[in-house]
Amino acid sequence: MTAAPFISLKNVRKIYRTRDTEFEAIKDVSLNVMNGELVSLVGPSGCGKSTLLKILAGLHPHDGGEVQIGNDEIPFDPSQDIGMVFQQPLLLKWRRIVENILLPAEILGRPMKESRERAIDLLNMVGLDGFGDNYPYELSGGMQQRAAIARALIHDPKLILMDEPFGALDALTREKMNLELLDIWQSSRKTIIFVTHGIQEAVFLGTHVAVMSTAPAEIADYFDVDIPHPRDLNTKTDEKFGTYTRRIYQLLGM
Amino acid sequence: MPSAATWRKITTIILVHIAFVALWWGAVIIGDIPAYILPTPLQALQTLGEENYNWGTHFIATSQEIFGGYILAVIVGVAFAVMFTWSRRTDETLMPLLVTLNMIPKVAMAPLFIVWLRFGVTTNIVITFTICFFPILLNTARGMREVEPDLLDLVRSLKGSQWQILTKIQFPGALPYIFSGMKVATILAVAGAIVGEFIQSDRGLGWFMLVTQEALNTDAMVMALLLVTLIGVVLYGIVILLERIFVVQDARVE
Ligand SMILES: Nc1ncnc2c1ncn2[C@@H]1O[C@H](COP(=O)(O)OP(=O)(O)OP(=O)(O)O)[C@@H](O)[C@H]1O
Ligand SMILES: [Mg+2]
Repeated sequence: MTAAPFISLKNVRKIYRTRDTEFEAIKDVSLNVMNGELVSLVGPSGCGKSTLLKILAGLHPHDGGEVQIGNDEIPFDPSQDIGMVFQQPLLLKWRRIVENILLPAEILGRPMKESRERAIDLLNMVGLDGFGDNYPYELSGGMQQRAAIARALIHDPKLILMDEPFGALDALTREKMNLELLDIWQSSRKTIIFVTHGIQEAVFLGTHVAVMSTAPAEIADYFDVDIPHPRDLNTKTDEKFGTYTRRIYQLLGM
Repeated sequence: MPSAATWRKITTIILVHIAFVALWWGAVIIGDIPAYILPTPLQALQTLGEENYNWGTHFIATSQEIFGGYILAVIVGVAFAVMFTWSRRTDETLMPLLVTLNMIPKVAMAPLFIVWLRFGVTTNIVITFTICFFPILLNTARGMREVEPDLLDLVRSLKGSQWQILTKIQFPGALPYIFSGMKVATILAVAGAIVGEFIQSDRGLGWFMLVTQEALNTDAMVMALLLVTLIGVVLYGIVILLERIFVVQDARVE
């Protein structure tokens, strides 16, 4: 018997309606994600990746199909179990880093003393120890994004949704952040959906890769990345790594 | 402890003011300008000793008008902006009307205010309020709207309430804009009170200037002008001080 998936999408459809137009952003997406997987989501610009994340986050209704998160063993509470990271860090300028990280805990009304301790641990985990009392503007873009990741983890959610989280960083910082994300993922074993335009990044990070077609989107390809974790920079010279990236490039018509 | 740069700034401010007074003084002496055209700074100051000028009464009346109208405008302006942000409906209904009302030349309403409210300091407080209200309202409303949609999504994914969004995100985010509106309004407050006194009053520095003009007591007129400016500078100074306390350096709108 196979275990039940943590996320199960069946024929999900999404239509954006404005006053006089209808735009079908997602035509038919079916996808199963097991607990603890890191699924990279790639696809051409405007194909509906962010839309899919918003549906998962419960921010947008879908217009057809089924969205099921959680199963009998791992229950999912839509208000408590989602952490989000965006392309921009979106830290509150007027709050110190620690206070920024604590925002979700405050909103959920979690006990502050424990949350504060957890925030300090998370600061260490993302490599920002000693920066808790700084204001966001005193940190570099990469450091701000680390704080945003810590903020997404503060309430210990089961699902992390990342929308091109490293897209605004320089190449070197980005590679570093990839390695750190893998560390975080391995130590926390959370389920992560990771949207990216970087095909190498998608393969390097993902236990699985989902490729979406142009809007109206479908899942054009979905495969296991059969390269064991922990991965490091040598992974990128692995023969399999090249095979996977080529597979995606071909699918996207390049 | 203020840094060396701050001290240099303060010194510059003091020096440039001293230089201005010296220039004024020098110009009067070298140009042999008669006192009824332009008195020396000392001649203007000496009028303070003239008891039947009742400086105290006028100074207090004008201060009441400026501070009273200004503080009222800040409270009501911010409250309206919060209301507009809270309810989209209110915003859509009332905003167009307010834009029209804003077009009314506020000083031109003074004769009406006299009919409605009678003669005196209260009427000038209302005139000052009317002039200061709009820039504060419009700036605050704009600041509250200027929130990253992704940040709102983040809070909504945690099922944060509208109250939490307002108090944790929108209002603190709008603070720099509130202060920028308040700074603009300081100048308007001073102008509003003085013009109000020109139109109707039996006291106040503006009224006093009209009275002394008839007797061509230019030295007293100049002194009255200096005192009005002083009130304005004190008001502006308080606003800047509050901004320094409440707004993080990076967020200030210059
Ligand atoms: N709120 C909305 N109303 C109407 N149309 C929308 C809305 N949000 C997105 N769309 C449209 O839906 C399509 C998918 O958008 P989405 O943002 O999900 O794409 P994406 O894959 O994330 O793109 P990118 O890679 O550029 O971020 C786009 O064509 C976009 O114009
Ligand atoms: Mg997107």
